[in-house]
Amino acid sequence: MILVVLDHDGNRLRKGSLEALARAYRLQEALGGEVAGVLIGEGLGGVAEEARRYVDLLYTVEAGPYTAERWAKAVLEAAKKGAKAVVAPSSRQSRTYLGRVAFALGAGLLEDTLESWAEGGEVYATRYAYLNRVTQKVKAALPVVLTVKPNTTPPAEPKGEGRVEALPLPPVETVEVLEKIQEEKKGVSLAEADVVVTGGRGMGSAEAFKAIEELAALLGGAVGATRAVVDAGWRPYGEQVGQTGKTVQPTLYIALGVSGAVQHLAGMNKSKYIVAVNKDPEAPIFKHADYGIVGDVHQVLPALIQAVKKLKD
Amino acid sequence: MKFIAVIRQVPDGESRLKVQGGRVDLSGATLILDQMDEYAVEEALRLKEKHGGEAVVVGFGPERVEEAIRTALAMGMDRGVHVVHEGYADPVAVAEALAPVLREEAPTLVLTGGQQADWDSQALGGALAEALGVPVVAWTTALELEGETARAKHDLDEGAEWVRVRLPAVFTTQQGLNEPRYPTLPGIMKAKKKEIRKVAAQVSPKVALLEETIQEKARLGKILDGKDPVAAAEELVRLLHEEAKVI
Repeated sequence: MILVVLDHDGNRLRKGSLEALARAYRLQEALGGEVAGVLIGEGLGGVAEEARRYVDLLYTVEAGPYTAERWAKAVLEAAKKGAKAVVAPSSRQSRTYLGRVAFALGAGLLEDTLESWAEGGEVYATRYAYLNRVTQKVKAALPVVLTVKPNTTPPAEPKGEGRVEALPLPPVETVEVLEKIQEEKKGVSLAEADVVVTGGRGMGSAEAFKAIEELAALLGGAVGATRAVVDAGWRPYGEQVGQTGKTVQPTLYIALGVSGAVQHLAGMNKSKYIVAVNKDPEAPIFKHADYGIVGDVHQVLPALIQAVKKLKD
Repeated sequence: MKFIAVIRQVPDGESRLKVQGGRVDLSGATLILDQMDEYAVEEALRLKEKHGGEAVVVGFGPERVEEAIRTALAMGMDRGVHVVHEGYADPVAVAEALAPVLREEAPTLVLTGGQQADWDSQALGGALAEALGVPVVAWTTALELEGETARAKHDLDEGAEWVRVRLPAVFTTQQGLNEPRYPTLPGIMKAKKKEIRKVAAQVSPKVALLEETIQEKARLGKILDGKDPVAAAEELVRLLHEEAKVI
């Protein structure tokens, strides 16, 4: 059995789950057996109806709110049914609780993989390392735990009506959640966005990000920020792109007033096209840019917004 | 009380990487205490300063890792343990190798960086927690001790939350938790005399590293002059629309 951890928002499967399923089917070609899903959370009825269409067998675990311990225990309960491989969408949370799962199973953990395949009873994968600067080819014997980097795999299609089986969650020592702090959600999520418009220190103020929000909305993208901007309190930490923030790989990455420190590059250097606007022609970001404008971002950004609007008309 | 920071040594992000025989060759690179682990060291020092006890740095890796352990000692950690291992080891195998050392030390809590700058892995905290049979709080941005428990704020994929957790527990650290201090000259002098206990690692690898390649994507580098912002913006949008076909 190949077990897929299906990430969801309470109502729908997330896009990453469909990518993880596609990877599971690829492993199934070589490893055989069923593809099973595990759905963890609270009030799973609705999303279970969607999820069962993608798998032979769906395990549901009513686990309450997320903690790494509960999610790890839930995955382990399903994995105990004979999983050769556990496949999950890559996220901060999954990369934490699957560390627990891999340790408990004595399994090789292949994190944030770009590609994966099975051969001779072993699982191979490619992934980035060294702040995204190096591609590694790795392999692990079964059982293996594998996370799938977002936007690397065409999503799976529904295939039928899988059986559904509820699994109990054994008692587990965990953290007590005291208070949730919701991030204000605007438009598409940074990790999944096809276009990211990031502002750096060169934007000068929190107010200047209104124009970035406008450009991002016009392009159907998400707003990003550099560490300096987050440190200054202009934007929330959730928008930070870089080594200590999020890693993104959109089709189009627009860096405005960003100098291009290595820590920032680590979070975006795999974007398909990189655009930079900076008044300093020596800014390192230009070495990593496909297109750029050397100029004052406060003049160029409004002109860009106008030019995009004109194109859309 | 005993506060442990688990650290690793990694190449500086600024240093040039080269590949030799399908492997990253670090012989010419500047190696540093992982910046994500610096937050762990700083937090261990702050907890000790506030609550008393001992702050211990545990490092994993080859002989050269002693330099990173000395850096943590120069920042103020009391003593070090070096779990010595040459060559590649995956995070699950590292957690396994560190577990007996950590169990023997019986810490109040364990801190380590949220992501390692060489593996690009985020699994060490979770794997260590499983190895010790304790909870993990990942991506911690605030941490306070309250008797037998800790109150912590940490980031999730969406938003953040405050949690209470019984100690011992593992916390992974990141930017925002604190501002790591620099080693001082007296600190560096003192660090030379501090104890580093060497332990030979028992490692059973779970992942084999087959090949490493550096693939710096060649960029187009079409840079326009923005003296006329409107003209430059229009040309850029044209290029993105007609040439790159991304908008």
